[in-house]
Order: sequence, then C-alpha cells, then structure tokens
Amino acid sequence: MNLLLMGNPNVGKSVVFSRLTGVHVISSNYPGTTVEFTKGYMHFDEKTIEVIDVPGVYTLEPVSKAEEVACEMLDADNVVINVVNATNLIRSLNLTLQLIKKKIPMIIALNLWDEAKHTGIQIDVEKLQQILGVPCIPICALTGEGFKGLVLKIKDAKPGAYEYEEHERLHEAGNITESVEKITHRHHKLSEQLRDATISPVRGSLIALIVLFYTFQIIRFIGEGLINHVFTPLFENLWTPLMLHVSSLFGGVGFIHDIFIGRLIDGKIDYNQSFGLLTTGMFIEFGVVLPYVFAFYIILSFLEDSGYLPRLAVLSDNIMHRLGMHGMSIIPMMLGLGCNVPASLSTRIMDTKRERFIASTLMAIAVPCMAQIAMVVGLLGKHGEAGLWIVFVTLFAVWIVLGVILNRVMSGESTEMFLEIPPYRFPYLPGLIKKVWMRIIWFIREGVPWIMVGIFIANILHTSGIIEVIAKFTQPVICGIFGLPVEAAGALLIGFLRKDVAVGMLAPLGLTLPQLIVSSVVLTMYFPCVATFSILLKELGIRDMLKATGIMIISSLLVGGMLNLILGQCGWMIR
Amino acid sequence: MEHTDTQSKPNVFTIVDMEPNQAGVIVEIRGGQKIASRLSTLGLVVGANIKKVSRHILQGPVVVETGRTQIAIGFGMAQKVLVFCTQGGE
Repeated sequence: MNLLLMGNPNVGKSVVFSRLTGVHVISSNYPGTTVEFTKGYMHFDEKTIEVIDVPGVYTLEPVSKAEEVACEMLDADNVVINVVNATNLIRSLNLTLQLIKKKIPMIIALNLWDEAKHTGIQIDVEKLQQILGVPCIPICALTGEGFKGLVLKIKDAKPGAYEYEEHERLHEAGNITESVEKITHRHHKLSEQLRDATISPVRGSLIALIVLFYTFQIIRFIGEGLINHVFTPLFENLWTPLMLHVSSLFGGVGFIHDIFIGRLIDGKIDYNQSFGLLTTGMFIEFGVVLPYVFAFYIILSFLEDSGYLPRLAVLSDNIMHRLGMHGMSIIPMMLGLGCNVPASLSTRIMDTKRERFIASTLMAIAVPCMAQIAMVVGLLGKHGEAGLWIVFVTLFAVWIVLGVILNRVMSGESTEMFLEIPPYRFPYLPGLIKKVWMRIIWFIREGVPWIMVGIFIANILHTSGIIEVIAKFTQPVICGIFGLPVEAAGALLIGFLRKDVAVGMLAPLGLTLPQLIVSSVVLTMYFPCVATFSILLKELGIRDMLKATGIMIISSLLVGGMLNLILGQCGWMIR
Repeated sequence: MEHTDTQSKPNVFTIVDMEPNQAGVIVEIRGGQKIASRLSTLGLVVGANIKKVSRHILQGPVVVETGRTQIAIGFGMAQKVLVFCTQGGE
C-alpha cells in the first residue's frame, strides 16, 4: 500500500508530506512549488509505508505530464489523502469528486483550517463526511494541528459514495459547498488593500521596484555584515593561526602541504593566492559565498511564503511574453540568483517545451548564482561600484536581447498565463527558518565537494604545468577576443566545475578593471557549472542541451569580445 | 470582428473590455474546447460569477475575482471570455 497525497496546487501537500514522513521538502506560497514526485516513508500500523507527494493538479484529465503520471498511480492498492483547501472548498471539491469516481480508498484532509476560521468560513465537517462518504479531518499542516487524528483515520479510508453525472461535476461541487459552508463576512481592510495595490499595473510595478531594491539592499547588508563582523574575524583570529601551525607541521613545503595549505606568500597564508583546500577552499565557501547565500535565502524564502512572487509574475508577464515565456518564468529566474541547480528544476512549471528551453537557456546564460555574485562583488567591489554596474547591466541586457531573439527564431508562441493568485500570508517563522536551514545544508553538501575538486584541480594545473599547455592552446580566444592575460585560461577551465572558485582564480592575476569586468561576464555566460549542466541535460535532453550550449558559446564570445572592444575604447571613464 | 459582435449586446463584454470593479456572469467562452477546459480548472465556466479586479496594461494579464480567489488571466485568453455585466464599474 502506498499513500498518495493529492490535491490542487498550493493547498499545502508538501507541508503535510513533511509532517507525515519527516522528509523535508521545500514548500512555498505559490502554485507549482513541487514539480517532481517526492517519496518518503512513514510508520503506520507497525509497517513502513511509502508516502508520495504528487504535484498539484486541478483535474484528473491528464493535460500535463505531471497529471498523466498522477493518474497512472491511482490504482486500488493505494490510499489517497486528498488535501483540500478549506478556504476554497468548491475548487478543491472538483478534484475530490473526480477522485471519488475512481473508486479509490481515500480520506480528506481539510487543510488551512485556521485560516478558513480566521476569514469567517465555517465548514460542517460531519455533514461533508456524510455527503461524500469518506472521512474528513480538519488540519493545520503548518502548525501540525489535527495530524494525530489524520494518521489515525488512514485505516478508515474507503472509496467515496457520492454519485453524480460527469457533466454536472462543477455544479455538484457548488451545491455541496453551499450546503456545508457558512460564511460570516469579516473584513481585512489592510491586507485587502495591499492585495489590490500590489497587483495593479501602475502602483504594483512601483511597489515591485521598491521591493526588489530593498531585497538587494538587505541581502547586501546581511551578507556584508556577516563577512565583516563574523567570518573575517573568525578566519583572521582562529583559522589562519591554526593553518599556519598545520603548515609548520608539514615543514612549510611539499606536495601534501601544497594541496592542503597551498603556497605560502612571503611565509604567510594569503586566502586569495594560496589555493590550498583548507585555506582558499574554506575561505571561498565560508568566508565569502555562504554569508551571501544565507542572506539571499532568507529574503527569497520570505518572498515565497508571503505570496508575493505570483504577483511579481503577473506584473512581469508582459516583459516575459516578449522573451517567449510567461510571467511564471520569473520563478526560475529568481531561484537562479540563488543557485542555478534548483532553478533548472523549477522550469518545469512552464507549460511547453519551448518555454522550458528558453527559460533554462536564459537562466543558465544570464543569471549569475549567488556564489558567483558574492565572489564578483568581492573582487570588483574594491574598484568601486561602476564595474559591478557594468557587469550586471550587461548580463541583464543579454537576458533581454537573447530572449527576444529566441522568441523570434523559435517556432511556436508563448502560452498565456493562467494562475491562481494565493492570498498574502505572514510567513510561519518556524517553517521559514527550517526552509532556510534546509537550503543552506543543501548548498554546503552540494557546494563544498565541487569547490574542493575545483581548488584541487586548479592546484594540480599550476604545479604540473598543464596550465601552460592549455594557455597556449586557448590564447587566440582569451587574449585575442577577450583581451585577458593567458593565465585566465585556468579560471575559464575551472569555471566548468565551480564559478566561485573560477572567479577566485582571477584574484592573483592582477587584472585591470576592464579585464575583471570582461572575465566576470564571460564566466557567467559561457557555460553552466557541472552541477547545473547535468540537471539541464536531464531536463532538456541531449539535442536541446547541445543547442543551448551552442548559444552559450556564441553569445559569450560575442558579448565578451564586444565588451573588450568597448571598454578598451572607453575604459578611461571607469578608471 | 469579435468586437462588433459584443457591441450588439449592450451589457456583454469580454473580460478585457470590462471596467475594474465591474461584476457579471460568464455567458460564453470562445476559442474552442481546450481553452474552455483550461479555464474551467479554476472555476471559470459559463454561469460563474466574476468581478474584474485590475485592468491590463500593454496587453498584460487581467486579474479577476471569482468565489474567494483572484485569478490572473493572460490577455489573449481574457479576450475570449464574454461576461454579462450586472453591476457597473468605477
């Protein structure tokens, strides 16, 4: 027996899943957070049973691929927990009635019970149970209220008893809702005003600009604050003396010493130049990147849980259409600013293959991840803000221009946006903290090994002299087109593995500001890191991935070359 | 062409042409079964009560309210939904 969690998008299936299985999955306040089937296990009746978090669907008429798979799993051996949104019973019942027709044992979890009460909706649970013929249990998944009752009722699951004519389904859902629901109107003036203001084209766009501005301000504030007041002192006062001690144990030289500690610069450890696993490796990950990643995920998680992102999707729908996508593609772009890997997965919320291709390609080319941004800010920030502006404005322009071109040359058109806008919710803090924590752990687990591999290979390249061979080979492109010194070849090579390490490798080269700008832009564009690449390969397939890779190489050569020429002519302006 | 057709019935407008805060009942969905079934997943069927919340700009999406939820509909789709308006707008 498997337990299937089914329900409309954004009714909280993933929260229920986490509660039942203890497996933590990301949940947010927008439709489509779960794009793949997640499996977990729970103890039940002295057995271990499999629980499957099925992506949200509105109907069982298989339209998308997710719905197809969902329907296939509906056989009589399984039990369905139909997660229902108590604040919008009629919509949820449309799916419930379809599930009842399938004659599968089920129970109904009336989620968001507290919110329903809060907004003046009362549901007669007894009566609903009688009508549908299946157990109904009110729950509040976020706080865990009602879960004991829910688990106890799983064994009472049975096929529903409600009979109806297929073409009358929506009508029937309406009738049932009317007979069990009592509404007392309560006005929430402020949240309603906020709701209307943030969606209106003019005021909403203004608010969006303010929100984005403060988003970046806060990320910078938290990121820089952590670096200056926590991580830099930690490294300077604790880690550096410790590493110097370790270094002297090794005698300060030798192969093993150079792998772990790296080269000593004037007898000292220089995190920018030493390139040992324990020195530069640890410093990049924890001293530079992690503070920004942490700051970013706090803000992103807040925006997700509050319900603001779908509004941003509506407001940006217009622009996105010109780039061959629709508004919801703002989600992979926002996620991509954190890390391109989850962003690649989230392109599944797009409806067509064409949109997924455009979204993935634009994201991989023009959206730098926070790890890279942190390093670029660290490297270019020393030369003032002008360089940073040029890098990010260039990438934004590439994003727009490339999108317009792809939209023109690819056959087909972008689909229309059609989206339920969830109500604003104040993020549930324990949930938010857990989500940020999960993302940080995930980032460290996925990131640290690749950073170490990157540092290790960078080190080997230098000590073995292979780098000089590669440099010779790539000289025409690197020097000729991008105007960089040949040593930058190493950074571009390591960029295949890890972008933050690659940017770190630029530090000891003593590049001029125009060179730093060109290399930062090229490093973002020319190829995704290996983790992103493997996900994209799976999502897009070999053919489309080859296409995307071709676009990446051509556009980075073009943009890098042009930037080099322009900065060569007008470079004095930023110096 | 669609435009002249709707103008012949004075109270019937496409969602695009409705005024913000105007409410009414959906009377017809054009453009075939595929669009109709997509709209129906969020409760937008013939006979459903809706209220327009916000106007589009530059052919962006339109937001309507039905039941207790707000729904964003792409401009092209919104043009295909005809609404018999029972309450005036602004």
